[in-house]
Amino acid sequence: MSNATVVVVTSGKGGVGKTTSTAAIASALAKEGYQVCAVDFDVGLRNLDLIMGAERRVVFDLVNVVRGEASIKQALVRDKKLDNLFLLPASQTRDKDALTEEGVASVINELRMYFDWVICDSPAGIERGATLAMRYADEAIIVSNPEVSSVRDCDRIIGLLDAKTKVAEDGERMPKHLLITRYDVERAKAGDMLATDDVVDILSVPLIGVVPESKDVLKASNVGVPVTVSDENSPAAKAYTEATRRLLGENIPVTIPEEKKSLLGKFFKGRAA
Amino acid sequence: MNILSFFGKRDESASVAKNRLQILLAHERADDGSDALLISSLREDILAVVAKRVDIDPDSVRLEMDRTGDVTTLGIDIELPAARAS
Repeated sequence: MSNATVVVVTSGKGGVGKTTSTAAIASALAKEGYQVCAVDFDVGLRNLDLIMGAERRVVFDLVNVVRGEASIKQALVRDKKLDNLFLLPASQTRDKDALTEEGVASVINELRMYFDWVICDSPAGIERGATLAMRYADEAIIVSNPEVSSVRDCDRIIGLLDAKTKVAEDGERMPKHLLITRYDVERAKAGDMLATDDVVDILSVPLIGVVPESKDVLKASNVGVPVTVSDENSPAAKAYTEATRRLLGENIPVTIPEEKKSLLGKFFKGRAA
Repeated sequence: MNILSFFGKRDESASVAKNRLQILLAHERADDGSDALLISSLREDILAVVAKRVDIDPDSVRLEMDRTGDVTTLGIDIELPAARAS
């Protein structure tokens, strides 16, 4: 039996790339051979199913499971490409109040038995959905764009991670990783964007990766295949794969995206599992 | 998703996106929870039939739906105990 590491992908602000990052990292972990479950906590506005290309196969959801209307195994949707990757979808028709703390605890505890990694996609905001998504996490990936309002909201989320989670209440420190997404190489070069070092300094959270703004990410969403699977040589996919290796404990330096030519020029074969 | 359309027409991922959204939204707008109810009922019926002959774990019966534009397919996956399966 597995004893999963539960990771929450969170940010406070919407639109920074939580769902995209959840899908990309969950897929990258599955490609490494781990049993992985991605859980969508955005009850009422689910989208992880769409980004993972599973939207046509969703029957039951997290709320059904929390309410005992379906078992977890019934609700899990297996990925079409990676058979060790599963999705537990959010409900589209109910609201966030349909989740209870006890219900979420029991779902997470059961998932811990079946999987090596459980990746929880938090909704935006700091309310019930977001606090429940982080509540039982062992580690947090904080997603920020190099932009002032996003960084400010991340700071708020860090406060919640250190106060409202089970780990924090048990007197432990929640391990946190900062993932900077939508990093625009041109604007960084022109000095028009917060530098990654500045974001790290302000938030005091170690950097796990810097994902460049990329049309490959949009294309991946269009076709419903996470970018780490659809286009593994794209700069964004490489950044996610690198972040995943760091999540797995590898001590490798963070690549700061550079001019597109130099990155595309290098051929990078996917790592063996 | 269709792997051929993905690799064959890489610059047309937007049309794949449109198609996926049309199917999804048509379904969501019409959704009254009947799919989940149908699956639950079917699962119970199938479980009862199989349990008459084979001793199975209720969790080992999986029903999966796949909706395309006009057709919805139902997949039934029953895991038989090792001794019976051989």
